[in-house]
Amino acid sequence: MIGVRIRTMPKRAVLDPQGEAVVRGLRMLGHDVVRDARVGRVVELVLDLDDEADALAAAERMCADLLVNDVVEYGEVELVDASAIVVGVGAGASA
Amino acid sequence: MTSVAVIVFPGSNCDRDAARALDDVLGAGTATLAWHAETSLDGIDAIVLPGGFSWGDYLRTGALARFAPVMGAVRVAAGRGVPVLGICNGFQVLCEAGLLPGALLRNDHLHFRCDEVPVEVASSDTPWTRAIAPGRTLQLPIAHGEGRFHADDAVLDELVRDDRVVVRYAGDNPNGSARAIAGVCSAERNVVGMMPHPERAVHAWMGSDDGALLFESLRLTLAAGSTDMNDTSELELTGAH
Repeated sequence: MIGVRIRTMPKRAVLDPQGEAVVRGLRMLGHDVVRDARVGRVVELVLDLDDEADALAAAERMCADLLVNDVVEYGEVELVDASAIVVGVGAGASA
Repeated sequence: MTSVAVIVFPGSNCDRDAARALDDVLGAGTATLAWHAETSLDGIDAIVLPGGFSWGDYLRTGALARFAPVMGAVRVAAGRGVPVLGICNGFQVLCEAGLLPGALLRNDHLHFRCDEVPVEVASSDTPWTRAIAPGRTLQLPIAHGEGRFHADDAVLDELVRDDRVVVRYAGDNPNGSARAIAGVCSAERNVVGMMPHPERAVHAWMGSDDGALLFESLRLTLAAGSTDMNDTSELELTGAH
């Protein structure tokens, strides 16, 4: 099994009011160094695949089909240890 | 007898309101509730996708409703020219399904906004607005947290050029929508989506009865026996009801 992590972010041209609220909130708490923030979403999947290239390709198709709305978002896929996502699966799991 | 299907997704909460409004304006028995698992909408004259929070707004508003079996039937009907109206969450579903352009994002001020707002009808050239003179302002309720219409500039230019902006906010822009767009239609013009709730404004006691004009428009459209908007010569664009 292979884990994939899909990070979805609002496109740069898209206003991100949640990010702006985070900036205001942090600055109100005294974190004056905060200049900008963007808020996205992370989806982690455990795939019934063994080949890393297959897993990446499958995840890209899932982004196109459902996970990312390319009108307003972009997605980035990375491989992760499946056992870090769900206990009992992947390389770190005990039988 | 006119038959209009109101689609019910898990999490829809304006389905009964929409059905009641259709029955009140177009006659008792007009509306039929169609569960999301339906696979056929044969014999239906028009379709309404109501407001609510289908699938709990999980992932993105409207994103999961698009996989409901009934959406295949909606797509087929839309392709045949059947008038389709998506209200609020219904609009979000139609955008996610690719039946309308753009996307609806979190309001720019982050608040859920429940209000009655002036909405200008920008185009009468749809089955849902043909009884309303262009430029007429309607008082319609809004109730949404994610109603900020977004599309890239090329798409926005195309929508304006092709008269596909159906309604726009006439007063303050309540959610930060691009070009104050409150509703748009498909290239074929029979599929319309809008954030305001016409079904919540069909009697004077509701605060406004302007929403009834959209359903009156549907009556005119179906009476004309065609969704072809090219010939509107015999239609009375009074804007009154």
